[in-house]
Amino acid sequence: MKTKVSLSLVIGAALVGCFLLMLVVSFFYTPFAVNEMRSAERFLPPGRPYLLGTDNFGRDIFSRIMKGTQTAFFVGTLSVLFGMALGISLGALGGYFGGWTDRILTQLGTTIQAFPGVLFALMIVAVWGPGTFNTIVALSITAFPGFMRITRSGFIQIKEYSFVEAAQTIGVSPLKIMLRHILPNLLPSLLVAASNGFAGALLAEAGLSYLGLGVQPPEPSWGRMLNEAQGYLLRAPWYSLAPGIVLVLAVLGFNLLSDGLRDLLDPKQ
Amino acid sequence: MASKALNMQERNQVLLEVKDLYKLFPIQRGVLRSTVGHVRAVDGVSFQVKNGETLGLVGESGCGKTTTGRCIIRLEPPTKGEIIFNKDGQPVRIDQRTIKSLRRDMQIIFQDPFSSLNPRMTVERIIAEPLITHGMKNKTAIKDRVVALLEAVGLSAEHLRRFPHEFSGGQRQRIGIARALALNPKLVICDEPVSALDVSVQAQVINLLQDLQEQFGLTYLFIAHDLSVVYHICNRVAVMYLGRIVEITEVDELYANPKHPYTEALFSAIPIPDPDYQLEQIILEGDVPSPSDPPPGCNFHPRCRYAEAICRQEQPVLAPVKSNKDHQVACHFAEQLVLRGLNVRG
Repeated sequence: MKTKVSLSLVIGAALVGCFLLMLVVSFFYTPFAVNEMRSAERFLPPGRPYLLGTDNFGRDIFSRIMKGTQTAFFVGTLSVLFGMALGISLGALGGYFGGWTDRILTQLGTTIQAFPGVLFALMIVAVWGPGTFNTIVALSITAFPGFMRITRSGFIQIKEYSFVEAAQTIGVSPLKIMLRHILPNLLPSLLVAASNGFAGALLAEAGLSYLGLGVQPPEPSWGRMLNEAQGYLLRAPWYSLAPGIVLVLAVLGFNLLSDGLRDLLDPKQ
Repeated sequence: MASKALNMQERNQVLLEVKDLYKLFPIQRGVLRSTVGHVRAVDGVSFQVKNGETLGLVGESGCGKTTTGRCIIRLEPPTKGEIIFNKDGQPVRIDQRTIKSLRRDMQIIFQDPFSSLNPRMTVERIIAEPLITHGMKNKTAIKDRVVALLEAVGLSAEHLRRFPHEFSGGQRQRIGIARALALNPKLVICDEPVSALDVSVQAQVINLLQDLQEQFGLTYLFIAHDLSVVYHICNRVAVMYLGRIVEITEVDELYANPKHPYTEALFSAIPIPDPDYQLEQIILEGDVPSPSDPPPGCNFHPRCRYAEAICRQEQPVLAPVKSNKDHQVACHFAEQLVLRGLNVRG
């Protein structure tokens, strides 16, 4: 076996693993009730019993970060899934059949990608209004051209292979050829893109929530916490540092994971 | 598996007839992708394949032999011309509609054994796919059939669960052959089936193809550029040059008595494993002309050492020579020229 497990894969997987653990635990247990306010215990520095300190309402920051993992992963997972589903279907269509469909779809994708992702999401949320659902829709729309591009180029490449032509001469239907013969051969690169896209979705969700356009209070969100904390940057630096560092670690984790997966799954190595 | 050797009557029937087949690929340029010309990949090809025979289609790269095969099995839609398949005595014109009912009867073996098998499927799934696609449902029956096919191509049931990357090129080609035979086809288009293999493995695969032909009454359209392989397996041979057939006849007649200067030049390029054998090599000057802009007159005249004025003006038609009605040549001087064939021993 010549499996090459790179350092980035190990670190990325470990970070992502920690967040997944935190996510699961947060459903059953947080050290303190997430929205419980204690006016006597505002701005307590990290220590005991508040691991990462308390905020301007005396809420436990660590508990809110744990609960924020749910929001981040909920938005991230759904927007990557929707974006992937849309991107793969459209990319497969354009790549397999070519022609005018392909040209129109490619132009659509390029147009969307011409806008910076967050800016485009911002525009959508501005039109449809803030909220978790609209955030997911906005992020799915910004995410799908990337998946579409990967799927399309993969389909164009693989449909020329003799095994696809063999399936055609056997009489296998185009849908089955796409699903059974071509798509499975693209899964590695799609997996890498999904991991990468998840990091982008986390960042974009935090960005939108920071601007007050994403997840609405009192639901805890890392971006929202950063927004609330900025007024107390000097008085309680831990309040903004904690969600900031958590966000950095999460994005870093998924990016490293995707880099590591790319090296691992690249057949050229 | 039951053997299906053909009787004499079946042998004389025409299984496939190609009539005046053209395949032009448009050359598109510019933003508006306007068509500025055509590559004439197949330029008016006609031939017949009889039941149970092997017709060789030879020529250098880019002469349109593979495209001809791909048009027959409809991997490419032909630009013009008719392809007629004899389905149980009933001639069927192959088009987008009828091809569905002919899928069972026509299969193809590909050149590259490394891209012809899906790397993510087991051998069992690869060979079972045609069976399942054509309505076989019983799982044990499918498996039995797959094992029988594997054994017919010299592999065994222990290979069922393996993936293509675990096999050598020759073994992969055997798997491709088993897949092509799964539906009991009548015609198999062999698109350079051995040219990607080592020489020692080539012989094994060629022998396998011959055994299978005998056993299942197959008809082959054998596309190749290796003339020794063609001599070994084919009954008749068609020589193609720049999208046209220049000569077609029985294999022994062609090799002993070529009538087209291009065929002669091809033969002179075959290495003979005999140090005392003196054969003047005919080196063809220049490159193959562009198939998007073929020369006027005979396509071959710019490289032909016998070319005269008429060759530059008039395009010769494929016609039988006087001495042998089964020997067709497209050359103005087919009757006059005395060309050197191959002294094929053994």
